[in-house]
Amino acid sequence: MTTTTDGDTGSDAPASGGSTARRPRGDAQELLFPTREQYLEVVGNLRDGGFETCADLCAADYLTHPGRRLPEGVVPQRFEVVVNLLSLSQVRRVRVRVQVPADDPVLPTLFDLYPGTEAMEREAYDLVGVVFEGHPDMTRILLPEDWEGHPLRKDYGVGRVPVQFKGAPGPR
Amino acid sequence: MSDATTTDAGDSVPHADTVLPDPVSGASYEEPSATGTERGLLIETSEGAQELFPRNRTAPDELRREAGAVLRLPEGVVVNADDIDVEQTDDETMIINMGPQHPSTHGVLRLMMELDGETVLRTKPIIGYLHTGMEKTAEELTYVQGSTNVTRMDYLSPLHNELVLSLAVEALLGVEMPARSDWIRMLLVELNRVSSHLMWMATNGMDHASTSMMIYGFREREMVLAFFEKTTGLRMNHNFIRPGGTAADLPDGWEDDVSVICDTVLPRLDEYDELLTGQPVFRQRSEGIGNLSAEEALALSLTGPLLRSTGVAWDLRRTMPYLRYDEVEFDVIVGTYGDNFDRYSIRLNEIRESIRIIRQIIDKMPAGDYRVQDKKITPPPRGRIDESMEALIHHFKVFTEGFKVPEGEVYVAIESPRGELGCYLVSDGGPKPYRMHIRGPSFVNLQGLPLMMRGGLLADAVVVCSSVDPVMGEVDR
Repeated sequence: MTTTTDGDTGSDAPASGGSTARRPRGDAQELLFPTREQYLEVVGNLRDGGFETCADLCAADYLTHPGRRLPEGVVPQRFEVVVNLLSLSQVRRVRVRVQVPADDPVLPTLFDLYPGTEAMEREAYDLVGVVFEGHPDMTRILLPEDWEGHPLRKDYGVGRVPVQFKGAPGPR
Repeated sequence: MSDATTTDAGDSVPHADTVLPDPVSGASYEEPSATGTERGLLIETSEGAQELFPRNRTAPDELRREAGAVLRLPEGVVVNADDIDVEQTDDETMIINMGPQHPSTHGVLRLMMELDGETVLRTKPIIGYLHTGMEKTAEELTYVQGSTNVTRMDYLSPLHNELVLSLAVEALLGVEMPARSDWIRMLLVELNRVSSHLMWMATNGMDHASTSMMIYGFREREMVLAFFEKTTGLRMNHNFIRPGGTAADLPDGWEDDVSVICDTVLPRLDEYDELLTGQPVFRQRSEGIGNLSAEEALALSLTGPLLRSTGVAWDLRRTMPYLRYDEVEFDVIVGTYGDNFDRYSIRLNEIRESIRIIRQIIDKMPAGDYRVQDKKITPPPRGRIDESMEALIHHFKVFTEGFKVPEGEVYVAIESPRGELGCYLVSDGGPKPYRMHIRGPSFVNLQGLPLMMRGGLLADAVVVCSSVDPVMGEVDR
């Protein structure tokens, strides 16, 4: 597992006056890169370490990405599940990024640790197609049940309606 | 009790020929039969498999989710699936659909409820009726066009959506924002918070059958919207806060307009107090209804007024300040019991706090640029285009190609009227977001519904749903 702190977007010292320019105060970006096997354990440890709530969980498809910055030792895979944990007591955020291979897009569910990920995991399954093992209700949430494909995958085409004066119709 | 999908309970009658696939176990389920015309009617009106199934064919896992994991205690006490009463027959309970067209569900939200008489046992929110694929659309639009897209998500607080996207883009760009743009943004989002909460007061009043409250709420909101129209050109979906600043400066005389809003809304809040807060009927209908504990709220990732109603003083404006919230004074309103009345009081008093912030903004508004003077990010002023070829090129480039954002990813969260509004943005170095994910507070907060409605009355379900303040545009995105 690899830990980094992204210094690019960290917050600067707040300016005292009301009229000076200020850099964007993105919350300090603490990143963790566990493997799939470590995923549950890492998140479980974070939960015991005071991260009371899971703010966000989403998945991304890196199929057409030209290459992202990953720390040494992390093997890039097509899918990435990003979990944003929030600690109210420490006023701290941590982002867990897990690589999920395309041929086996399965991750264990966080439901038993954070029941609040129920809808978020369903959304990630619905739109990106990452299956969360052990989730009590792994069904589509936003799209109709009989929908084919996962729209937020990069190989899922964007539909287009032919418009007058716009030339040839789109790919579909 | 290994298999709860057997159809022994309440299904002794020879069955009809409608066989529905069971989504839980894959086994088929046979509908209990009806006779004659009744049966014909059943088939005619059936819309196929529904998502909440009778107890006797709901898998233990599903029930555990209801009674166990969702209600899970922080100490890790997991309710044993065997303890849950699955033996209740269909005669005692019924499954009923509220929505998606029900007027009190605040949009196209569908609730499937299991009722025992008038008591709600289980609830399952079913969403997706307003899904328009905005996250996919965002990948096709440049960062300049992006705010046009996101502003339509939470249509009651459009400026917050624009703000969170802009902050995320600016965090990736690493650009220094001029002070005035921050303060203008703060003014607008606080006004937006007022208008959003007023809208909630109105609809919540309506759900409590107080039609006068509804008229009053809309009346006051109208003032804010009129100011938005004057400033941004539109009453909703402003596309005013953009990456790099705002689209324009505030109109002349904005201080007077905003002061009038503050001076009018503040005394009217006292009228609401008189109309609702002190009224016994309203209190009886909201006190002790839809209770939440802090542990439950945190476990379910609830944020905003729902979390604060349980006594957790978590407001991102205070705890993780963005813009210039660390330079203004305001109080974070918290409740005690986590019931509907607490959530009502929190929103009512948050309007007061927002007005307090707005008055400080009027005093502190600095002079300067309303957007960052970087020709690669924001277009040059209109006047420059006539005299400078370079300005024309920059203008053209910004609006056709957009600007490139360095490769990277960032998560930015702000406090919207409904809770933590987050934007997770991945850039591949091009002019369009590689992936944009919006963490909608309503989407997550809806998960609290089954818990808050459990054991309550059907009549209270309407007001509990209202107290979550879901905006379906944001839930479904």
